[in-house]
Amino acid sequence: MRDTLIAGARVIDPASGHDAVGDCLIRAGVIADFGGDLGRVDGADVIDGADCILCPGLVDVRASLGEPGFEYRETIASAALAASAGGITTIAVLPDNAPATDDPALVRALAGAGEAGGRITIVPYGAATRGCKGESIAEYGLLRAAGAIAFSDGARAIGPAGLMRRALSYARGFGAMIVQHPEEPSLAAGGAATSGARATLMGLPGIPVCAEAMMVARDITLVELTGGAVHFAHVSTGAALDLIRAAKSRGLAVTCDTAPPYFDLNETAIGDFRTYAKLSPPLRTEDDRRAVVAALADGTIDAVVSDHQPRDADDKRLPFAEAAPGGAGLATLLAITLAQVQSGALPLHTALSLLTDRPATLFGLDTGRIAKGKPADLCLFAPERSWRIEAGKLPGKAQNTPFDGRAVEGVVLGTWKAGVRVFG
Amino acid sequence: MRLPTRHLLGIETLHPRDISAFLDLAESYALLNRSGKTRRDVLRGRTLINLFFEDSTRTRTSFELAGKRLGADVINMSVSTSSVSKGETLLDTAATLNAMNCDLLVVRHKASGAPALLAQKVDAAVINAGDGMHEHPTQALLDALTIRRHKGTLEGLTIAICGDIAHSRVARSNILLLIAMGSQVRVVGPPTLIPSGIEQFGVSVFHDMREGLRDADIVMALRLQTERMSGGLIPSAREFFTFYGLDAAKLALAKPDALVMHPGPMNRGVEIDSQVADDVTRSVIREQVEMGVAVRMAVLDVLARTALRNA
Repeated sequence: MRDTLIAGARVIDPASGHDAVGDCLIRAGVIADFGGDLGRVDGADVIDGADCILCPGLVDVRASLGEPGFEYRETIASAALAASAGGITTIAVLPDNAPATDDPALVRALAGAGEAGGRITIVPYGAATRGCKGESIAEYGLLRAAGAIAFSDGARAIGPAGLMRRALSYARGFGAMIVQHPEEPSLAAGGAATSGARATLMGLPGIPVCAEAMMVARDITLVELTGGAVHFAHVSTGAALDLIRAAKSRGLAVTCDTAPPYFDLNETAIGDFRTYAKLSPPLRTEDDRRAVVAALADGTIDAVVSDHQPRDADDKRLPFAEAAPGGAGLATLLAITLAQVQSGALPLHTALSLLTDRPATLFGLDTGRIAKGKPADLCLFAPERSWRIEAGKLPGKAQNTPFDGRAVEGVVLGTWKAGVRVFG
Repeated sequence: MRLPTRHLLGIETLHPRDISAFLDLAESYALLNRSGKTRRDVLRGRTLINLFFEDSTRTRTSFELAGKRLGADVINMSVSTSSVSKGETLLDTAATLNAMNCDLLVVRHKASGAPALLAQKVDAAVINAGDGMHEHPTQALLDALTIRRHKGTLEGLTIAICGDIAHSRVARSNILLLIAMGSQVRVVGPPTLIPSGIEQFGVSVFHDMREGLRDADIVMALRLQTERMSGGLIPSAREFFTFYGLDAAKLALAKPDALVMHPGPMNRGVEIDSQVADDVTRSVIREQVEMGVAVRMAVLDVLARTALRNA
């Protein structure tokens, strides 16, 4: 494999704080050197990085790929295409497929599919309960040994308190986190939008906003009881974030992530019954959106994830309450996050850190850094170049973006996976 | 009159001047109907399809009669006889209707937003005849016309809407219309049947029906669907009737000339007592049905003219 020299880019490694214009040399799949002017490297392919930012490849710790079981929505191959177009080099894949990832062989098969495709590293979640059915805990020890990074029931909350207690307690023995979809099921049942004037006006069954905070409060209590570790996925309300902030300050093993819709959109996006904006959890009020932005800035939120939920047109071209929730998010993750930088809400390093080293560190993944000897998982993007997000024109199969029509800045020009250019 | 859109999907998008124009035209159709004459030239050669995914007798019949009095060819499609029960999607149905060159499509569906979805895909003018818990615009117009005929105006009236507000499209459309026209609207019901955020519409909320009815000009009772009881939102019909049923004792707190209304069909002894429902000096429930035909004639007329202008 020939060497690659990315020359004259603004190289940012959020973990170390390195931020300087210079070169980066990729050799044999790893970052051989980086820094100022590395001079001429014989036999290297040279990539002009002028006016671009070179950062670690994005580490997306929450996505559904549709495979196995829902290939009409997305396959691993099509998701990998969308991911590399979005600068993502590592994806943590949710277990609620058909079959659910509750067997070590399935963990290995998913990880193997990522390796075989070569574009992305797939790190599977293991199912928190067998079949993600919410009845009995799965084989955490065997799943972990096979490579499962944490345990979750995906889009479904681990509902009964007794079950969650057992999951947290047992997972602790293997040093693993339980990743929770924080939504009290008995309050959320049948709901299609956040309760309030908008849901009432549209005649949609509502989910009270406290359904999230209530589950977060309960699980924090269970973390205190069990000594386990919980990670709350796609947190979307100020009330839940306040609880998480307080738990962190008490030193509990409580972390969380959020996804771009929750800091970029509010519930007005569902106006005119736009089913592409039907998500789970549902979009919230403007106050909650602002609370999510504040929690990104103050460090309460540990990661920004794509929360990619591929849906087919047939899943979405239905009356709102009957349409499947979920939005495509791989190709738009970077650009929508950068919008918070452009608006002045987030420093660039904070934004990039939430997409790279912080999720990697949290889930124990050896990526998300620009450092000598580390795998050359890299993303090169033009921060000021603009484009328009359009459903129907996104890379990959899933086109169900809640950001349809949105103009954004930040174009990915190149993505490298273990030194191989997989996009651009 | 000129509508902002070629469809009638809800009251929400109507300007007060559109509402007044609809009511004025409907008033003239009400007089025409009473005279026994018809105006079969208005929709001659036009096709009206009543597409009902939910059971309805009175609304469907009302639209059918309105269409026929204006000379349209009227076809009724109901879910039990259509291919929807065979798994055809709403949009497949839309494509089929397009191929039939339908001009006016009246839709009732159990899902909020279903007529809006159809409206994106069909060439016909779509009239929402009730979608889930969202809107039922022609019901609100006929209620407004009935009130206006008796009270001369909507402005400044105190109107109490009672019962299951949460699941009622009639309540939503009425609230939007009456607030837009300057009425004072109260909603009365147990907290489990009052939807979240309703006060942001500009209504006042009452859980004590006696307080809610005090000095009201109009008392509207809503149909309580029995599945609300199986869902546990209220413990029993008799408990509901005791506290939220419209009877003579509670009605006595309203103004002496207060009108009683109900969108029908009524559950006698649940949300309304027969004595009140059948009191011809107070109840205008029959007149609501009569005005329903006139309002639907006005709506069909206006939408057909809008379509012609856009063509």
